Amino acid sequence: MSRQTSRLDAKKVNSELFTLTYGALVTQLIKDVDNVDDVNKQLERMGYNIGVRLIEDFLARSGSGKCYDFRDTSEKIQLATRMYLGVSPTISNWSPSGDEFSLVMDNNPITDFVELPDSHMGLKYSNMLLGVIRGSCEMVQLEVSCWFVQDQLKGDNTTEIRVKLLRKLEDSVPAGED
Amino acid sequence: MADPVFFELLHAQIVKYVEERQTKDTDLSSLDTIGFTCGYKIIERLTRDWPKFKDELEIVKFICTDFWMAVYGKQIDNLRTNNQGLYVLQDNMFRCLNKIAIGKEHLQVAPLYYTFTCGLVRGSLANLGVHCVVNAEVQNMPSVKFHIQLPADCP
Repeated sequence: MSRQTSRLDAKKVNSELFTLTYGALVTQLIKDVDNVDDVNKQLERMGYNIGVRLIEDFLARSGSGKCYDFRDTSEKIQLATRMYLGVSPTISNWSPSGDEFSLVMDNNPITDFVELPDSHMGLKYSNMLLGVIRGSCEMVQLEVSCWFVQDQLKGDNTTEIRVKLLRKLEDSVPAGED
Repeated sequence: MADPVFFELLHAQIVKYVEERQTKDTDLSSLDTIGFTCGYKIIERLTRDWPKFKDELEIVKFICTDFWMAVYGKQIDNLRTNNQGLYVLQDNMFRCLNKIAIGKEHLQVAPLYYTFTCGLVRGSLANLGVHCVVNAEVQNMPSVKFHIQLPADCP
């Protein structure tokens, strides 16, 4: 084999592999499940399952402890996005009560090489991300809900994810123990 | 740049989805399809700046070295061929299997974890003009042998 060409950039390949695998999965889901809402739900659920596991990796690697407030949480989500997706979202639009914020991404790596056909405008393509956020927050005892405010695939300039803190989950003592 | 861990978790979720959905024990075609679609597209981007491959052996070698290195973080440990269109690629520490207990205990689930890669390799080769059948066999986790069988009439 000729050696003069540069070797492949593993990081870039991994990123593209992820994007394309995700795309292939969405395609398969649309083929399997006719209803776009069910596809959205399925993606969210898979994301949740990923988030539940990903948080372990994040806590181990970033060495960060417990969040002391929701602002701290938002910064950690920002850090995690940089670690796992390689993009740095900006945090903005805090609600006055401090329980809601927006993650604004200029480009969303999951939607590289993607265009939504008109027939699938109801598809929330990157819905998995919402599940990941929800799942990982739940593991650190924060119940959040997330939704898309803006989506580049739908013609917006940026991708904006809104995260809202619903409540803090309390540890319940197992029955029969003090 | 998406982190490899993210990909591994996504792969696990796809496996889970297909496993829950399958009606027969042996129906892993959608895993294979997902891999194929992905391989077909990614190889186009990977080989964009490469010189043209001379023959199929060179293509298979590319898969074993640079492609495997980029996707699975290591090279194929052993490549064999009978020079009649059969290639056997052996990976002794396959990344999709190395989280499962070593040995023969969980052999029955192995197909769930290598079928995506079979599709990936088949799709990549297809886009490089090599149409083939890819199978795999696992005798002892986490070592896996991929069999690439080209049709007999291939030069």
